[in-house]
Amino acid sequence: MRGKEKIFLLLAIIAAMGVSCASASFNRYYLGVAIDVGINIILAVSLNLINGHTGQFSLGHAGFMAVGGYVAAKITLVWGSALPAGAQPFLFAGALLVGGIVAALAGLAVGVPSLRLRGDYLAIVTLGFGEIIRVIFQTSDYFGAATGLTGIAKLTNFGWAWGLAAVTVYVVASLVNSTYGRGFIAVHDDEIAASAMGINPVRYKVTAFVVGAFFAGIAGGLYAHHKAVLSPGGFDFIKSIEIVVMVILGGMGRTAGVIFAAVILTILPELLRGVAEYRMIIYSLLIIGLMLTRPQGLFTFGKKGTAS
Amino acid sequence: MSAALLEVERVTIKFGGVTAVCDLDMCVGERELIGLIGPNGAGKTTAFNLITGVYQPTSGSIRFCQKPTAGIKPYILSLRGISRTFQNIRLFAQMTVLDNVRTAMQGNRAQRVRDALLRGRTFREVEARVEHEAMELLKIFSLDHFHDSMGKSLPYGDQRRLEIVRALATQPKLLLLDEPAAGMNPTEKQELMELIRFVQDKFQIAVLLVEHDMKVVMGICQRINVLDYGRKIAEGTPDEIRANPKVIAAYLGQETDDDA
Repeated sequence: MRGKEKIFLLLAIIAAMGVSCASASFNRYYLGVAIDVGINIILAVSLNLINGHTGQFSLGHAGFMAVGGYVAAKITLVWGSALPAGAQPFLFAGALLVGGIVAALAGLAVGVPSLRLRGDYLAIVTLGFGEIIRVIFQTSDYFGAATGLTGIAKLTNFGWAWGLAAVTVYVVASLVNSTYGRGFIAVHDDEIAASAMGINPVRYKVTAFVVGAFFAGIAGGLYAHHKAVLSPGGFDFIKSIEIVVMVILGGMGRTAGVIFAAVILTILPELLRGVAEYRMIIYSLLIIGLMLTRPQGLFTFGKKGTAS
Repeated sequence: MSAALLEVERVTIKFGGVTAVCDLDMCVGERELIGLIGPNGAGKTTAFNLITGVYQPTSGSIRFCQKPTAGIKPYILSLRGISRTFQNIRLFAQMTVLDNVRTAMQGNRAQRVRDALLRGRTFREVEARVEHEAMELLKIFSLDHFHDSMGKSLPYGDQRRLEIVRALATQPKLLLLDEPAAGMNPTEKQELMELIRFVQDKFQIAVLLVEHDMKVVMGICQRINVLDYGRKIAEGTPDEIRANPKVIAAYLGQETDDDA
């Protein structure tokens, strides 16, 4: 058992880097989709910590993603031209980190007041905050207002996206699978019982929110340097709901399921490109069908939920 | 009487116009087994919620280990040594029996986010120790062979016992049991009485028992407090309570004094 998790992390990062080195030989379209998948895994797994494990229904994930994306993009736009090519990856890493930290601070600022609320109320408040964040970017000239930012260096490759996806999975899984982390699940299951057992629910909720927002910010940074353009419209609540759907479909609080759901829900719309205008209808119908037939989540392996 | 562990002094709580508990005085000494009884709606569970910090009293004061508990969050009171079970069982539904117990142990551990992420040697040691202690505790209550089942899937009586185990896992000085005999048959009640006595003796803790079932309360409590309409109407040994006309009138009904 010992050290197993760390070995997984290392192998996953090495694998991601390895594939990345060979990426020149791949079809660029497929490679692009693969990077999208990696980014969506980060988003879904980090949201799963908030919505799934801790049970705090947040609809503001796209907002935190926007914070990370804009901050990271701005950093590479401002400093990128001044630095030699060899320093670019370091600048990118720093930009991602700063983007993540600023997003985490935004998560703290949003989380502390709104986590007093529960259920639907929390969902509405986080939805509101997510939209506020988006509107701030939309009206700020520094961040390109409604046009957004363009000409962002394409620094995101397969290695970055999947390597950081592995880090996200490692962090969320390690947090939850520990004596400390069982507190998240306790807060989800029964907040009153949790606090009667010496668990501080506020602390856990805020931790989940901040960690979740941090990785959403990282994903935002990757997204910005993958698409090379950022427009505020890409971070509206539809994006948040897309991530929520991945979490619900994968099974709330199940990391493995959520990863699969992120993969499938990223690839599915691409596969449906052939049917053009019916794409979103089919996509929606598939989701409705899956929710009706597998309400407990598409990939509910193991004990949880299936215990009789 | 031994030193006071919990002192409740002239505590009143009002919800809007309703006074749920009025001028309640109560005292629990170390290693005492005290009962709190009263008809439905007498304010027993409210008194529990006041002691555990879920509600704040409108007036009056509560001291635990000589320290006032006003304004202190339930989770801190739990860390200081007040643990409880719930009238309607509140186990962690997504957790196994073992995890339910382990979770209650985590408050007293110095584990933090950092430990969980780095997974170093101290982390593994703490994990192993917590698991070992949880299993030992389950063994005492012969629930250990269920350790891998979901807590919620246990039979009703075992769920009640598991809730007591979970409460004990926080290493309390005072254990509050909220109607533990609710929904139990006479055999189970008998076992429960023995269990409560055993717990109090084995772990050397004080127990405050809220209960409907007279047989259970009379059978094991050293002293009993009787609540009616939020006021304490009597306090004494089981025999005194049995003979108290006020209690008989309020609790057992006017026309009979047959409490069994």
